[in-house]
Amino acid sequence: MKRVIPFIAVLCLSASTWAVQPDERLNDPAKEQRAREVSKALRCVVCQNETIDDSSAELARDMRILVRDRITAGDSNEQVLAYMVQRYGDFVLLKPRMTTETLVLWFGPLLVLVIGALMAVRRLRKPAGIAPTALSEAETQELKSMTNREPQP
Amino acid sequence: MNTTTPKPSRLPFLIPLLVIAVLVGIFGKRLLDVSQGADPHLLPSVLLNTPLPEFNLAALPGREPGLITAELNGEVSLVNVWGSWCVACLAEHPFLMELKKNNAVAIHGIAWRDSPEASLQWLAKNGDPYTRIGQDPRSVAAIALGVTGAPETFVVDKMGVIRYKQIGPVTPEVWQTTLAPLIAQLNK
Repeated sequence: MKRVIPFIAVLCLSASTWAVQPDERLNDPAKEQRAREVSKALRCVVCQNETIDDSSAELARDMRILVRDRITAGDSNEQVLAYMVQRYGDFVLLKPRMTTETLVLWFGPLLVLVIGALMAVRRLRKPAGIAPTALSEAETQELKSMTNREPQP
Repeated sequence: MNTTTPKPSRLPFLIPLLVIAVLVGIFGKRLLDVSQGADPHLLPSVLLNTPLPEFNLAALPGREPGLITAELNGEVSLVNVWGSWCVACLAEHPFLMELKKNNAVAIHGIAWRDSPEASLQWLAKNGDPYTRIGQDPRSVAAIALGVTGAPETFVVDKMGVIRYKQIGPVTPEVWQTTLAPLIAQLNK
């Protein structure tokens, strides 16, 4: 096991964690930090389930550079995201925006939870099974004939 | 004395079944589409019916002119994103040459993520169907156009508005069923 640990450590530290190349980085640490945040919100349109910050696709690299160019030019984070959405649609955002089209996505789970809770409450309030009722006259007679004595009250 | 209590309605128990049936329907439809050849990587272009983004791309050395958005106005044209590294572009190329030979429509090229030498060499070898070619080594135009891969071809009308985006090669079939009728209509 001890021999395996270094390999796992190397695997964890390598590959995608180093997608951002040194030559892409901005000199201003605050702006670089913003660029990283924006990059983490943008989907790589080539690999589709990675952020452009993680992806080593060439188009993702060019998108990262574009993000940094726009931040250097004075755009706010929202403006950079809006620029990408204007070209690639909402799909390019990894966190979907709240629009009429995504309402189900945002509130569907909540709705299901509420419906489930309502059903559970209804179930719990009702006594289980059918409530016992008194025997009818005929049933009392029948029971009496079977046991030959008065049923317990 | 009647002792039967009203039977509880079955309806609430059918709701989950119904929800599942709807979900199976939605996902099943999509799976069927994909199994019948729909490409799950296709993204609808949000740029349809919007003006071509402005860019000014340099020409390949010795192969003027470059690609300037404003200069595309006045005629219906195709803007084809390609690269010498792109295998599907090579497959598409003979048909673009044929369109050029028949003077079917003006075709402009965006040499995407390529060195000028590689682009020129590729054109010398496979033919040059383009009226204008602009270099886009850093994906500036490609990202402005929402390009996700090559080849992609945009149909641009006389006013410089994007009217269609073909993702993947322009094949004779795509031309006959989609592009040719659209271009004929835009030329009216």
